[in-house]
Amino acid sequence: MTRFLVPLAIFLVLVAFLAVGLDLKPREVPSPLIDRPAPAFELARLDDPARAVRLEDLRGQVWLLNVWASWCVACLDEHPVLLEFSRSSPVPIYGLNYKDQREAAIAWLGKHGNPYTASVVDAQGRVGIDYGVYGVPETFVIDREGVIRYKHVGPVTAKVLNEKIVPLIGKLRS
Amino acid sequence: MLMLVLGAAFAQAAEAPPAAADPVVEQRLKDLAEELRCLVCQNQSLADSNADLAVDLRNEVRSQIQAGKSDAEIRAWLTQRYGDFVLYRPPLKTTTLLLWTGPFVLVAGGVIGLFVALRRRRARVAAPALTDEERARAEALLRPDPGSPPA
Repeated sequence: MTRFLVPLAIFLVLVAFLAVGLDLKPREVPSPLIDRPAPAFELARLDDPARAVRLEDLRGQVWLLNVWASWCVACLDEHPVLLEFSRSSPVPIYGLNYKDQREAAIAWLGKHGNPYTASVVDAQGRVGIDYGVYGVPETFVIDREGVIRYKHVGPVTAKVLNEKIVPLIGKLRS
Repeated sequence: MLMLVLGAAFAQAAEAPPAAADPVVEQRLKDLAEELRCLVCQNQSLADSNADLAVDLRNEVRSQIQAGKSDAEIRAWLTQRYGDFVLYRPPLKTTTLLLWTGPFVLVAGGVIGLFVALRRRRARVAAPALTDEERARAEALLRPDPGSPPA
């Protein structure tokens, strides 16, 4: 009897491992920045290069940081979701315009709509590196103390927004 | 995907290292970058990848080398942002314990299994197939019958 049970057990264990493996997303690298203070930055606004936005300016409120670029095709996927959310959003969405050209970025927002309270320009991608950005678009939820509480890599879908981001914002604001 | 392709295309322009590149710095950069994983094309090292981000990170590592940072400091700087994932040699800690010990555990299991199997087999071979009584009967049967003519 054991002569059949042992290979069967090994097989079942293997199937279990493979089934879990199928569901893992190797593209989603766990960020070491979760529950850490958001890296400081001071960047010029996209619409007004003379004005800068600093991380400290945003302290005291829950806010979203969305990394985007006009050359980023996947950003178009999430754009309607962000636009819709921005109309009723209780929190500001700040855009980090990543390695983009100012004119192209402004034109892109003009064409597709602007969900952002403000966008700041990270032309060299230095702030992006500080935030561990590796696949635009990326979205961060940052709490009142300036701590990163959640990071989403890739386009924000309605599902991610409603199941993860909105409940988290509610919790952080309460 | 297209975004990555576009990113890589953008990167080509920025790729050219400074004309008077210091060979010592470049060698250290190469050695370091070969141990680091590119986050965009995850099965390439930072040294091999031409993704936009990999180029940026190489430039960043290069300027840190020039600033006199040690390899450990540079690795710490990267893992702080991207996690242990960027290291092709992840550090030994509780979450990576299975990763580091798994192969040895498997080999040990295999060796124990082999040992047990061999011992079982030896026991089977060593055990006499016949009891003394059976052997005597068999010998009696096999002995040529004195009555019959030799074949």
